[in-house]
Amino acid sequence: MTDLAQQGSRDMTMAHPKSRYQSAEFSARLRARYAAEQRFRAYGIAAVSLAAVMLVILLGSIVSKGYTAFWQNEIRLTVTLDPAELDPQGTRDPKVLAQGNYMKLIRDALAARFPEVTGRNERRQLADILSNGAPFTLQKMVMADPSLVGKTVPVWFQASDDVDQLEKGYIDRSLPEVQRRVNDLQIKALDSLRQDGSLHAGFNTTLFTAGDSREPEQAGIWGAIVGSFLTLVVTMGLSVPIGIAAAVYMEEFAPKNRWTDLIEVNINNLAAVPSIIYGLLGLAVFLNFFGMPRSAPVVGGVVLALMTLPVIIIAARVALKAVPPSIREAALGIGASPLQTVMHHVLPLAMPGILTGTIIGMARALGETAPLLMIGMIAFIVDIPNSFTSSATVLPVQIFMWSDSPERAFTERTSAAIMVLLGFLIVMNGLAVYLRKKFERRW
Amino acid sequence: MSVQTETLTDRTAAMTQAAMTQTAARADTAAIKMLARNVKVYYGPKQALKGINLDILENRVLALIGPSGCGKSTFLRCLNRMNDTIENCRVDGTLQLDGEDIYGRMIDTVQLRARVGMVFQKPNPFPKSIYDNIAYGPRIHGMATHRDEMDEVVQKSLERAGLWNEVKDRLKEPGTGLSGGQQQRLCIARAIAVSPEVILMDEPCSALDPIATAHIEELIDELRENFTIVIVTHNMQQAARVSQKTAFFHLGDMVECDDTEEIFTNPRDERTQGYITGRYG
Repeated sequence: MTDLAQQGSRDMTMAHPKSRYQSAEFSARLRARYAAEQRFRAYGIAAVSLAAVMLVILLGSIVSKGYTAFWQNEIRLTVTLDPAELDPQGTRDPKVLAQGNYMKLIRDALAARFPEVTGRNERRQLADILSNGAPFTLQKMVMADPSLVGKTVPVWFQASDDVDQLEKGYIDRSLPEVQRRVNDLQIKALDSLRQDGSLHAGFNTTLFTAGDSREPEQAGIWGAIVGSFLTLVVTMGLSVPIGIAAAVYMEEFAPKNRWTDLIEVNINNLAAVPSIIYGLLGLAVFLNFFGMPRSAPVVGGVVLALMTLPVIIIAARVALKAVPPSIREAALGIGASPLQTVMHHVLPLAMPGILTGTIIGMARALGETAPLLMIGMIAFIVDIPNSFTSSATVLPVQIFMWSDSPERAFTERTSAAIMVLLGFLIVMNGLAVYLRKKFERRW
Repeated sequence: MSVQTETLTDRTAAMTQAAMTQTAARADTAAIKMLARNVKVYYGPKQALKGINLDILENRVLALIGPSGCGKSTFLRCLNRMNDTIENCRVDGTLQLDGEDIYGRMIDTVQLRARVGMVFQKPNPFPKSIYDNIAYGPRIHGMATHRDEMDEVVQKSLERAGLWNEVKDRLKEPGTGLSGGQQQRLCIARAIAVSPEVILMDEPCSALDPIATAHIEELIDELRENFTIVIVTHNMQQAARVSQKTAFFHLGDMVECDDTEEIFTNPRDERTQGYITGRYG
């Protein structure tokens, strides 16, 4: 009896060791669980690191290729502004001054600086170290200050793009002359200029003040920036009010039925439609049917607004949905009308989310290229656009066009323009984060 | 068809008659502020209320008790048509405020909700200043034209809600920064600021600690002088403490409604008996 009881109790202890959670089996299971967690963490870190490396490579390559574009080499010449060439009658009439033979003055200045260069061909090669925009530089200077006529003044001219690239080290001096875009004569002249301080690299203001040009040293992104700005103004003016109104109606007022479901599905689909389709739509409807001007920011803006609308509507609906129903009940409960409830309480609370969505939508529109190609915003436009209907291009399209140009100098300008575009995008996204943090409220 | 309609009308009339006799039989002589006859509520195909008949007496506190999901809150939300905001919700039957059908075509829900205010289960102050929380209602209803008048309305409402002394120095601070009990009193102050006739309270103390609850209960007792109050509560002691009338709901039916004392000492229905003695619920 006693034996049996003892045996029984021992069996009991064998079958139930200290605790289920202290058994070897459980420890093994626990170790496996921790190992899984470690592995998951490792995958995550690997993914983030890979992304970070890619980003660094991308940014590094853009910056390393593009930072030199912010400098431009200039050459100083002492120019005699001969009245006989510019203003024989001495009237100082701007019309006459504008037609002066500035090129001859520059050639004379070069001849005076390099008397040893004599041949006709050699002289032309020598003149090629200057940008062929040099006469315009001189013309602008004289037009701005007619009293300079008759004087001898030192003037800084832009170097030609080849000279600029040579100075920046992109053209190898050790190559045989026939393979080099800058010949020995020009290099000799440049060395002589450098010695007396007549060759220096200054900040490339042209890049930020000029429109496009065939000559890299005269090309700038200001025209594209203005074009982008005008386009975005139209986009924002259309898509923000319409998008928010649509979202508020859909979320707060519309009955939930098959029709509103259908509309919702369509809006979500539109957000995923390739952007070039919107370009085709713009081409067919706005240009062909309504006969709106080609290459105009107003058309680009409308097309981008169509593209951005679904994004804004979806973001705004999500933000409105996130406002707790208790706020709506509170307002309705003291007799606010549905519209007052939305305008006074729901919309202000949803505004940070809506703003974030809007800015991100705008950033997408700023970076958009494909639909604008369809409506002709890819044209080569030198003038800075001054209205919503004047021909314009936008930053990403400008980048696209420059990246297609064969000149070495356009490569660095392409990267520089990308940096400017990325800068705008970072500022916009930063603004979105800042606004969200600033207006985020707890309830 | 006509016969059917007639029977239905007869039945409603008979029911009204019965209810009126019931009312007449009661000792309480207070006027009927709101009245519900055969109120049925459906959420889609599901029926939540199966024909409620109830009188709400002026300047009395009516407590609605019953187990969860029995339709107390649904009934409460019918009284100021807050159910309108719920999709698929359908209300049948007659509900009157001062003899006027509140589901009638002539009634305006905005006006109705100004007359029948509501305090919710979870304190829900607007994420604005304490002052603006109170002033919002009077402002949209054009009750105060000048700054001084508005200040007075705000002060009076906060005083009546017993919150003035605690917040008078920080009216510009956000209402969401107050403690839970203070927030609920702020919501009560916000409700009384628009001078409603009836205040509906949906478990106003369920998120509060005992001290804050005691505060609110005192407040309800004081408010009774000027308002008609309907309160939903899960707390039987609370119902016994604050109300004069109690209605017991069970599975979408109103089982019985009587003087609070009567319900708690001498319930007629055994389901009521079971619930108040804690056998189920």
